[in-house]
Amino acid sequence: MANQDFRICSESGLKVYKNAETLIKWNVIAALATLAVGGLMALLVALTRWPSVHLLGLTEYYRFLTAHGVDALLAWILFFEMALVYFASTVVLGTRFRGVVVGWISFALMLIGGALINVIIIMGRADVMFTSYAPLKADPLYYLGVILFAVGALIGFIMFFVNVVYAKRDGGFKRSLPLGSFGLAAASIIGVLTLAHGAGIFIPAFLWSLDFIGYIDPSAYRLVFWGLGHSSQQINVCAMVAVWYMTSAFVVGGKPVNEKLSRTAFVLYILFINLASEHHLLVDPVLSTWHKIVNTSYMMHLAVLASMIHAFAIPASIEVALRKQGFRSGLFEWFKKAPWGNPAFAAVALSILLFGFLGGITGVIFGTEQFNIIRHNTFAITGHFHGTVVAGTTIAFMGFTYLLIPCIFKRQLIWKGFAQIQPYLYAVGVAMLSIGMMSAGAFGVPRRHYDITFSGAPFSFTFDPAIDMFMSMMGVGALLAVAGGVLFILIGFGSMIWGKEVK
Amino acid sequence: MEETGKSTGPIPGWQKFMDNIFLLLALGVVIPTLIYTVWGLWEIMNIPRLPIVP
Repeated sequence: MANQDFRICSESGLKVYKNAETLIKWNVIAALATLAVGGLMALLVALTRWPSVHLLGLTEYYRFLTAHGVDALLAWILFFEMALVYFASTVVLGTRFRGVVVGWISFALMLIGGALINVIIIMGRADVMFTSYAPLKADPLYYLGVILFAVGALIGFIMFFVNVVYAKRDGGFKRSLPLGSFGLAAASIIGVLTLAHGAGIFIPAFLWSLDFIGYIDPSAYRLVFWGLGHSSQQINVCAMVAVWYMTSAFVVGGKPVNEKLSRTAFVLYILFINLASEHHLLVDPVLSTWHKIVNTSYMMHLAVLASMIHAFAIPASIEVALRKQGFRSGLFEWFKKAPWGNPAFAAVALSILLFGFLGGITGVIFGTEQFNIIRHNTFAITGHFHGTVVAGTTIAFMGFTYLLIPCIFKRQLIWKGFAQIQPYLYAVGVAMLSIGMMSAGAFGVPRRHYDITFSGAPFSFTFDPAIDMFMSMMGVGALLAVAGGVLFILIGFGSMIWGKEVK
Repeated sequence: MEETGKSTGPIPGWQKFMDNIFLLLALGVVIPTLIYTVWGLWEIMNIPRLPIVP
């Protein structure tokens, strides 16, 4: 391999091959673009659910809610995860991207699939929500779009393993993958299972929409769909935790106190976290109690144990690293002297805090059968997954973007002052949004519902007046989060275009 | 960046297991597929149909 094919990143000292760099760049660009679309949809949806504003009409609300789910929950996250798995399997290991043409095919499939889904939704031919539960039927092109996107992502995850095999052969690592790459190996394993479930349900749904299949069992659809729908969030959890470890290493030189324990926690994710898909079926009368208990109460808590391990291991690695740098006075000097002005570090710290206390704890509570029967399909569930996917994963990915811009795009950040406050602004907004949703849900406010005043309904129902405060808290939080999101998009794209070149 | 395992002694079995990402891939696919998907589909298929359903 000729030397001119790679460069040494001046920020991290990592070896960056040109072919990997270009693929990572375009996946990050696609991720930011889809986040912008998903964020716009989020604003419109939140301003409709806020009873004081109630912005959109009925049809537009459900249409934009479908688009919000697809763009914010699938497209932004998976495009960024493609960038992460390519980064972890090439740049971190100091090797080139093998089969780069396949990598571009993966990207093209995801781009075409994602665009097709959005166009069909906006044309009003797929008002089926993110879940698209049978017997709700969308245009065949909607299902085709999802299949193309999922196949593209599946190819990307497979390319991770291909790159790792070649990296080991080329001496990129000897025996064990570096911990960040190992975390993304776990994410890729979960990704393979998840996207196989996606194919298992969306290919029949596609054939059903073309009338080649006469009937899809709604119970079977729900079961297999959540093997995709929830497991895709488990890819996010693994990728997010890997980002926590990598950011800790890059920014403060953090190393896990016990690396084997951290690896064991990732193995627990691989083996057991996907069983959490059962959460969505706990009030489903079709499945037996044994199926529900084994999947949620027994196996899933082994994955919760893994999260607890990470929750202690990463702050401990940061503390040890900062103490080694000389911040040893008292119990908390290291905490006070942590680089809070570094947006990557701040984002990870906020992500750990909010994921743990908003998304993680509520997920464990709502995932028990006894509590699920009370909270299922209330706004509390929406608050829970905004605590995981937005407050956890999205903030962590935003932080890692601030590291990728100098390392991969070779550009300095623009608006550094704004970049410093961006994670805090976004985190405060999302925390308010999530707490507002969960509190309103505790009073029985339903999720997804267009009009909780039930105007024009043949019966009347009035919620506790306290929900007005919580729904307003959700609305104000959404506005703050969107402001933080806009700032992130402007800083991200602005830095890629106008940022000073990093030598 | 991170440690990559530098000890020269015998490799513990658990470490060998964790280093084998293809074994982890196989287990990560098989365990949830059996416990969640196959078991769930088997239960759904064994629910008796209502007589009115053709």
